[in-house]
Amino acid sequence: MLQIVNRKDRFILLKKNLASFWGIYRRNTMGIAGLVILVCFALMALIGPYFVTYTSAAEGIEKVLQPPSAEHWLGTDDLGRDVFAGVVIGSRISLVVGLAATVISMVIGAVIGIVSGYYGKTLDALLMRLTDIFLVIPWLPLMLVMAALLGPSLGNIILVIGITGWAGTARIIRSQTLSIKERPYVERARAIGSGDLHIMLHHILPNVFPLIFANTILVAAVAILSETTLSFLGMGDPTSISWGMMLHFAFEMGAVAFGAWWWLIPPGICVVLVVLGFTFIGYALDEVLNPKLRRR
Amino acid sequence: MALLEVNDLTTYYKLKEGTVKACEGVSLHVDKGEALGLVGESASGKTTVALSLMKLIPENASIIGGSIKLDGKELVTATEEEMQKIRWKEISIIFQGAMNALNPVHTVGDQIAEVLKIHEKLTDKEARQRTRDLFEKVEIDPDRVREYPHEFSGGMRQRAMIAMAIACNPKLVIGDEPTTALDVMVQAQVLQLLHHLRQEIDMGLILITHDLSVVGETCDKVAVMYAGRIVELGPTETVFTRPAHPYTRALLAAFPDIEGERTMASSIPGNPPNLLYPPPGCRFHERCSEVIPVCREEQPPTITINDQHYASCHLLSRRVKS
Amino acid sequence: MKMRGFILNKLGQTVLIIFVVLVINFFLFRIMPGNPVRILIRNPKISAEALQRVTEQFGLDQSKFVQFGYYLRDLCLGDLGHSFVYRRPVLDVIMEKLPPTLLLTGTATVLSIILGILLGVIFAWKRGSKLDVAGLSLSLVLYSMPSFWVGILMVMLFAVYWKIFPLFGMSVPGTSFASIWGRLADLLKHMFLPTVTFTLILIGEYVLIMRNSLLEVMSEDYMLTAKAKGVSGRNLLRRHALPNAMLPMVTLIAMNLGFIVGGAIQVETVFSWPGLGRLMYTALMGRDYPLLQGIFLFVTVCVVGANFCADLLYRYLDPRVKT
Repeated sequence: MLQIVNRKDRFILLKKNLASFWGIYRRNTMGIAGLVILVCFALMALIGPYFVTYTSAAEGIEKVLQPPSAEHWLGTDDLGRDVFAGVVIGSRISLVVGLAATVISMVIGAVIGIVSGYYGKTLDALLMRLTDIFLVIPWLPLMLVMAALLGPSLGNIILVIGITGWAGTARIIRSQTLSIKERPYVERARAIGSGDLHIMLHHILPNVFPLIFANTILVAAVAILSETTLSFLGMGDPTSISWGMMLHFAFEMGAVAFGAWWWLIPPGICVVLVVLGFTFIGYALDEVLNPKLRRR
Repeated sequence: MALLEVNDLTTYYKLKEGTVKACEGVSLHVDKGEALGLVGESASGKTTVALSLMKLIPENASIIGGSIKLDGKELVTATEEEMQKIRWKEISIIFQGAMNALNPVHTVGDQIAEVLKIHEKLTDKEARQRTRDLFEKVEIDPDRVREYPHEFSGGMRQRAMIAMAIACNPKLVIGDEPTTALDVMVQAQVLQLLHHLRQEIDMGLILITHDLSVVGETCDKVAVMYAGRIVELGPTETVFTRPAHPYTRALLAAFPDIEGERTMASSIPGNPPNLLYPPPGCRFHERCSEVIPVCREEQPPTITINDQHYASCHLLSRRVKS
Repeated sequence: MKMRGFILNKLGQTVLIIFVVLVINFFLFRIMPGNPVRILIRNPKISAEALQRVTEQFGLDQSKFVQFGYYLRDLCLGDLGHSFVYRRPVLDVIMEKLPPTLLLTGTATVLSIILGILLGVIFAWKRGSKLDVAGLSLSLVLYSMPSFWVGILMVMLFAVYWKIFPLFGMSVPGTSFASIWGRLADLLKHMFLPTVTFTLILIGEYVLIMRNSLLEVMSEDYMLTAKAKGVSGRNLLRRHALPNAMLPMVTLIAMNLGFIVGGAIQVETVFSWPGLGRLMYTALMGRDYPLLQGIFLFVTVCVVGANFCADLLYRYLDPRVKT
């Protein structure tokens, strides 16, 4: 059956599925709200940095730590830089780091989950023990230690967040793989002599994909929060400004005691909104993909 | 004197999509020590009737009208506090699939002792002793009172449920599919136990089931439900041998005759109606092989065939008129 | 007997995890770029002779395997190394900073669990009401906030703007108190904001899980049985619903232990609370590797140990769990 479906038909099938998916999703208020938030921030990260300038003020002390004004919508920081510009520029690093780390987590989680579930036995036992360990080790100290040892750079931050956040995904993917493995089409594929790699790529992966996708959304929210926290605790790259980095500088420069709320609040609100956006979409996907929840 | 008298009981569920008319105009009565079988396909409103009798219907449901009289006392208007005293003391219920009907974190013994402490005001020690006695009555080793539901087999859980149901010697026990999900041997044991206990403590029984053979074996009377209404009510023997309603006939035909020759059971074509939008007229008309035009428009009246046997069908009313 | 098997099994798993953590801890600090000796003594202008001496002293010329043996031996003797910054044994520094952390995290954890359960039950009871919707939204927003940022907001509002509570620390340095009560009052004043912050960070998830778990339990068959048995409203909740609804909470609390450690680092940093979390921040800022390694090992072992206890508790609460 599957062989008869050619590429074009597959595309049409996919389009149909997407259309019906969208038909249910668009009726979900939370999901739409999350999508709108994320689209706004994505636009801000894409084109925003070309419209703002984020440089130290040359004129001197009177431009430093100014509250919001017509000239500087969100005031200025200790070097006289425009906070609004910082928030716009920071969105790019924050989102890129969060998403890149998410991709790493998902790839590791999916590979370990599928391999573990598909092969079973000793390999499964070993991989699941490893997963348990990653689930139980306190994640923030682990990330901090790794980041401190690797040194502050964007790549290292991405790596550190990526390799600490895969365990939950691996667990979920594994249990789904276990049930898919028993389905007739997988057994048929095995019976006609398909290789393990072929079966995992062509039969199991497409079936766990919706789950990977739904989980990505939630992992992304955690990754963005992790980036902010790591940067705030001084593990970020001081030369690339993210929201967490802005908060780190603000905190270290005593913005709290000075009462420079315009410097501390906007980056935090951005983080909260992005995380909420992801969470909303996550909830909505959960409802769309698990019709059982829809009634509640 | 009737132990339970239900008249015109109507219970609706409110959903987002509309009102589900799960139980409409249900009337029946059970005498002291009598067993009534309530038969019908799944989703025909049997469980709604059972839950309405104990006023345990979910929050989105309500009893719209009718009356439930237990020993002459009206239950429809009783308050929640009054019901708390009546529940289990006077009417108890055995739910289907006892797996989830027992709380997984308490021992089976504790769950039975709890009703004795609530209703009979027994001390811990007395309640424990009574629980052991009840275990013996339902043929479970009394030492197992300390075990948890998951340590019991399906049949044992069902028997423990029965022990719990008769703990306070209620006047009426409702069995909601008590033997479904059990294998045939265990099913027979459980039914026999129920029958035996009923005679011993002289309680009334309403046995809800979709299995006609269960009714034939244990019940004095049978009420057949279809799509929220009782279509036929009468002594078991009469109904089984001379069914008056086309639906009852179809049900009996769908059931292989054990004693007679093994014939292919004929199933009833079509599906039961969606109770959100019940069809006008007789609710069975869409699937009835003997349908006449009036069935599609008018609700059939309840016809008394003889003083114990009633059915609601236009064909019958014609026959009576002519 | 079954119970003993269960405990032994879990204990074995716990020991295994701790061993792996030791391995990670050992190698993580030895794969870092650069010569470990240089990092250990942190003096780029050290003479070749001194370098040689230190290398031998720390056994760094031996194979990694032998070094790991030394490491394990030292651990068994309670030697976690020597802090660069404090110039004292790491274990001493950790033990000195432990009580303030236990005080803060303990109070906040207990508070958030109790309040979380209470609010979860109330929201479940009044599901769909305005109170429920408002509570859920707030829980979700709290859950989406970076923990340190919640702390910053609290400080800005209560210490900088309204000036009700002290900005930071555990006590005002250099003050002496006439009585133990004065001291206690000062401690409570300093503890208030960090505790509230910590509680807010933790409570959101507890409320959400408690509410959903209770709603799920309420729809179970055995709840209908209990109601049919004539159990009154309060006992229905206390005896039949809560023991079941609490099970996911216990799992969550156990899973959250790591999160609590992460929260402690952030809250203590923001409030300059003199505990382990702030010590870790100091160690990070000063690149005090032995101290960092020691703290990491210490908190990880604590979390793994606490997880073991949670497993036992769960087994006690849910009779269905098999080994």
